[in-house]
Amino acid sequence: MLDDFMTRAFIAGLGLALVCAPLGCFVVWRRMAYFGDATAHAAMLGVALSLAVQTDVFYGALIFAIIMAWATTQLSGRNYAMDTLLGVFAHSFLALGLVIVSFLSGVRIDLMAYLFGDILAVSVSDLSIIWTGTLIVLGLVAWRWKPLFLSTLNEELSYASGYNPKREQLFLTIALGITVAVSIKVVGVLLITAMLIIPAAAARNLARDPELMVFAAGLVSCISVIAGLRSSYIFDTPPGPTIVCVALFIFIVLNLFKTLRKLAH
Amino acid sequence: MNLITINGLTVTYGGVTALKNVSLDVNAAEVVTIVGPNGSGKTSLLKAIIGAVAPLEGSVRIKQGLKIGYVPQRLNLDPTLPISVGKFMRLTNKINKKSCLFALEQAGVPELIAKQMSELSGGQLQRVLLARALLGDPDILILDEATQGLDQPGSAEFYRQIEKLRQETGCAVLMISHDLHVVMSTSDRVICLNGHICCSGAPETVVAAPEYQELFGTETNGALALYRHSHDHKHDHSSSENTEAVN
Repeated sequence: MLDDFMTRAFIAGLGLALVCAPLGCFVVWRRMAYFGDATAHAAMLGVALSLAVQTDVFYGALIFAIIMAWATTQLSGRNYAMDTLLGVFAHSFLALGLVIVSFLSGVRIDLMAYLFGDILAVSVSDLSIIWTGTLIVLGLVAWRWKPLFLSTLNEELSYASGYNPKREQLFLTIALGITVAVSIKVVGVLLITAMLIIPAAAARNLARDPELMVFAAGLVSCISVIAGLRSSYIFDTPPGPTIVCVALFIFIVLNLFKTLRKLAH
Repeated sequence: MNLITINGLTVTYGGVTALKNVSLDVNAAEVVTIVGPNGSGKTSLLKAIIGAVAPLEGSVRIKQGLKIGYVPQRLNLDPTLPISVGKFMRLTNKINKKSCLFALEQAGVPELIAKQMSELSGGQLQRVLLARALLGDPDILILDEATQGLDQPGSAEFYRQIEKLRQETGCAVLMISHDLHVVMSTSDRVICLNGHICCSGAPETVVAAPEYQELFGTETNGALALYRHSHDHKHDHSSSENTEAVN
């Protein structure tokens, strides 16, 4: 069954859809959209270094995504504004990664595959990495759900209830790092944030409850992956961007629907 | 025993001293209000009590088994976060709908239970935060500028509710407030803070204290308190101890 590249693409895409749903909701609730972007960009340096030492790009991307996520949470609130700092490191790590890759002679490296992902080239071992990462992140979020949620609402409230919001932030950072790392082969560093944010934002129109919003986001992501892959096969378009376009389409439809219903009232 | 005993507390953030040598007790069923200009360390003091910042020196001792009801200044509630009032109330407390409704009644807003948190007005949100803090019968309520963003009648109404609650439940209240004249009428004890304790005591005593007048001006019995002060002001500390001793 796993011999077919389309089957592997579907399985990889669904893993990505599931991992992005809960994290995407937290990214949206905590207004961390740019933070997700920065983490993903920085992961490109990890990809380049992995290629240089000829190991799986997943590991390099994971290390740099977590370092970046951790460093920015630590440095926030000092001297520079958070977004300036993120901008400086994120884009210079991306640039540095691209420069390093250009020095790697001998191997022909398709940069586009890392910038926009190449879900059709996913191997069986990639699948096991993606799904292991997905299950770890889902487990982590399920385990820390209440304290994570509480620290999102208010740090002091979290302390007063006996949870340290800094520790919860660290859990979220690690989860985000893993998500970015497993997503690179599927949608690439430039479109990861789209998969985090768009389904979550679309799901907001469907849910009046935080857990339901996570499920709705998962549903939107899964539909985007399935419909996106089918359309990319039919119209011969790049799969990663097509999946994002489908998610955007769902987002627009749901918002239009909500606006119309408001007008009807 | 006191509910909270703070001894010689010093708190710093990256070398900047927020609180220096602050000592303070809160007794059962007592309403203590902390006043002070912006940046005077009021919030740091509350953070030290709930364990959000570690003291550099000194100690914060909380009576064993003390139940704290904490009312934060505001929530970071993004409009994209869907959660109902009832669900929010039950986040930290495993309670049934009935006690949830009872707490909302105590805070004066039982009709809000099914509403979305993002649909609440500023005043309604403060009531819900108060109701959440009341769950589990706290021995002490801690409020961090709970009426920020409310208009004058709104905050007066809010403090009346606090006063009523204290009479009904007998819980102690420790709060930070900017509404000086409201504070004066409801508090048993006022602590005037500016990095250190400038003066403290019964409201009348504090208002008459020269340290207080230096910080807030002499017109504090009117509606407006002016926040004119210099950070490097000096005053005779023996006199503030005298003020304390009066009580």
